[in-house]
Amino acid sequence: MLEIRWHSRAGQGAVTGAKGLADVISTTGKHVQAFAFYGSAKRGAAMTAYNRVDDKMIMNHEKYMEPDFVFVIDPALVFTSDVTINHREDTVYIITTHMSTKELVAAQPKLEGKKVYTVDCMTIAQETIGKPIPNTPMLGAFMKVSGMYDIEFFKESMVRILGKLPQKIIDANMIAIQRAYDEVK
Amino acid sequence: MAFDKMELRDIEVWDGNHAAAQALRQCQIDVVAAYPITPSTPIVEGYAKFLADGYVEGEFVLVESEHAAMSGCIGAAAAGGRVATATSSQGYALMVETLYQASGMRLPIVLNVVNRALAAPLNVNGDHSDMYLGRDSGWIQLNAYCPQDAYDLNFIAFRVAEDHGVRLPCMVHQDGFMTSHTAQGVKTMTDDVAYSFVGDFKPMNDMLDFEHPVTHGVQTEEDWHFEHKARQHNDLMTKVMPKVQAAFDDFEKLTGRKYNIVEKYDMDDADVAVVCMGTSVETAREVATEMRAKGIKAGVVGIRVIRPFPFFEIQEALKGAKAIATLDRSAPGGAPGMLFNEMAGCLFNLDKRPLLSGKIYGLGGRDLTKKHLVDLYTELQANVDAGKVLTPLQQFIGVRGPKLSFL
Repeated sequence: MLEIRWHSRAGQGAVTGAKGLADVISTTGKHVQAFAFYGSAKRGAAMTAYNRVDDKMIMNHEKYMEPDFVFVIDPALVFTSDVTINHREDTVYIITTHMSTKELVAAQPKLEGKKVYTVDCMTIAQETIGKPIPNTPMLGAFMKVSGMYDIEFFKESMVRILGKLPQKIIDANMIAIQRAYDEVK
Repeated sequence: MAFDKMELRDIEVWDGNHAAAQALRQCQIDVVAAYPITPSTPIVEGYAKFLADGYVEGEFVLVESEHAAMSGCIGAAAAGGRVATATSSQGYALMVETLYQASGMRLPIVLNVVNRALAAPLNVNGDHSDMYLGRDSGWIQLNAYCPQDAYDLNFIAFRVAEDHGVRLPCMVHQDGFMTSHTAQGVKTMTDDVAYSFVGDFKPMNDMLDFEHPVTHGVQTEEDWHFEHKARQHNDLMTKVMPKVQAAFDDFEKLTGRKYNIVEKYDMDDADVAVVCMGTSVETAREVATEMRAKGIKAGVVGIRVIRPFPFFEIQEALKGAKAIATLDRSAPGGAPGMLFNEMAGCLFNLDKRPLLSGKIYGLGGRDLTKKHLVDLYTELQANVDAGKVLTPLQQFIGVRGPKLSFL
């Protein structure tokens, strides 16, 4: 079982990202689950989304999770919410920030000694898609860090998932995914 | 046909709401009258979109309340159409008066209920309060545990409700957010195969058949009211289950997916078992398997058909168990809990019956964790070892503050 927790603000696309990732993974024959804590979340409120992936049918519907990966797609959430909650020894963090990994860990000591990767999904999204929607770049970074799929296969899959959007937006997302793949450290 | 077909992949990643909306499209609903409410909104929104995009031939009526939504459905069903809608929580509560009208008028409406807590305090998350509220309303109630079930059970619902030997409305329940907003792989049917399962709508006593005028919504006082209610109850008790079973059998032949009136998991030799509904059934199955690895013979009984109540099927499922716990996801309002009471009723006259205790859990969407279930099975095994229930009969799981227990 592979488990992922997303930290996001409502409106930044964590739910879409989690469902998109689930969709890609499902096409490779694995079982997937994607869900979120909404509450009565308003746009901008901190929220979490979740992925589970397994070789067999996923029966577990508990919301509690000790994640293998934590994605943080809003830079401020590292400081305003506990992104390390229910962590494991080997939990891997991929965090959107303009800082280097070293600077980020110094600024947030809770990340000390943990496996932390950083990538500036916010800037990438602004420069490519033209909007601060950092969900697809985060998935590009995840492909690099996890080595889950070949990036070309992943991008092809995302083209299908984004299918209903204008071609220009789809193209921009592909550039964003590739940039995050190349830039994550 | 005047609508387009949709190409689906064999497995689509859908949440429970989208799965239900797709089922409504494939069943080609004639009329959806709706007043959308969280978390069921995407079901009727989905139907409206399919309609607008030309994938379904029907009519979407946006009304001013849930009371009007079910009233609209009653009118359309009486007129002779295939009719469905969706609701949750407060909307369901407002609909209750018309639920009794629909069942009393024997109209085969399908209502998707995305289960959600009832205010106050206001809460949009999933529990079974609304589902319990309608359990005496004379509807058939089917219970989904995951998005796949939410898709499949809609087809079962139309097949059973519209059968001329049944003619009763049917609810398909799914857990708010835990199913409705949780995306999982859903095995699909093609549009043609799906439609072939439900078939063309066959009207009965329809108001638009002017050759054969009929009256709907009549008044009967003490002269005939009891006979109507008795016949309705008789049909629920004697006619529905065979039709449900036949629909399950046909569905299995068509898709390979097997549903049962009561879903037994590892019950053949189980010493301890939990009885529950919704997503909790699947989580409990996973924990039961883990308990077996620890030497505790654990099983799960999931209720698939809530109404009519599967009295004998439950007796059969629980006959060998030594200790069971019921999991009620609804505040029982000063009583032991619906499932506790129903199980007690099922088991009371048996010569050999398991030790019974009841848990209240998960209100307002509170998480039911695997740890809760591990503790529960462990407690049940202790009851078996002691030969008696060691705890109060009613306990709360997962509530903060002092441990609550009663009875």
